[in-house]
Amino acid sequence: MSPRVRLGLFGVSAAVLACLFVWALTGLPQFGAFQGEYGRILNSAAGPERHVTNVVSAVTFDYRGFDTLGEEVLLFTAVMAVALLLREARSGDERRADAVRSDVVRAVGLFAVGPTVVMGLYVAAHGYLTPGGGFQGGVATASGLVLLYAAGRYRAYRAASPKTLIDFAEGTGVGTYVVVGLAGIVVGGSAFLENVVELGVKGTLASGGTIAILNAVSGLAVASACVLIFHEFLEELMTAK
Amino acid sequence: MIPLQVVAIVLVGLGGLAVVAARDPLRQALVLGVYGLTLVILFVVLQAPDVALSELVVSTVAFPFILFTALAKMRDRE
Repeated sequence: MSPRVRLGLFGVSAAVLACLFVWALTGLPQFGAFQGEYGRILNSAAGPERHVTNVVSAVTFDYRGFDTLGEEVLLFTAVMAVALLLREARSGDERRADAVRSDVVRAVGLFAVGPTVVMGLYVAAHGYLTPGGGFQGGVATASGLVLLYAAGRYRAYRAASPKTLIDFAEGTGVGTYVVVGLAGIVVGGSAFLENVVELGVKGTLASGGTIAILNAVSGLAVASACVLIFHEFLEELMTAK
Repeated sequence: MIPLQVVAIVLVGLGGLAVVAARDPLRQALVLGVYGLTLVILFVVLQAPDVALSELVVSTVAFPFILFTALAKMRDRE
């Protein structure tokens, strides 16, 4: 196909696409116009029903709790696949030196480890009170550990994330989610993921019933999933072939 | 649409362009992290703090980390 024909073809299709695009834009609702009836209902129902102040957490861990379980299992499967593929393929035990040469990077980076981990835990723990939750807090906590490698040494990161403990935490996080779900059927006698715990006082850490538990265990699962993936990738990088 | 929203949307557009314009994979991974930050600003401006936090941790930590280690490994092989 000659460049001229190509250009012509592109011109025609771009023009058609532009027309369709503009046509579609004119049919859109006004910017900011909210048409989700479901959202309005949840905004008024989540507080009284589940005693949480962050409605988003009520959606992820209760009204759409089953979807979140799917996401947990998805992450779990991805992590297992990474571990299976990379752990199998590695052989050598030699590690290369990776000391950080800049004192400033080391000082600032290592200083940030503690605050980052604390902030991650805070964001995770207060998921059903303020924006945040297990997922966000979990990744933030894991990123605090990554700083150990980025500003310190790989050995420090390895020491802070023992493989057996992380594997165990990952399995426990996902497993407990399922157990809490099943408790809804067995103890609650009704549906999967039905609340079976005291709802507590709205606005305090002791509120939300099963939302609080599911938030915590998914934080555990996400944090250990991230640490595990980072671990495998770093190991792959640091082990000399 | 308030001016702040317009600014945030324009920033996201420029960020996306910058990612495409960066040709070197390492540079692109860095720019991608910055682009993620512009999305964080947009989500905050649109009053979606939960999504903003998710975007923040994924786009500035998890995703760049995996890209960087993969790129470093590839550089080793060359």
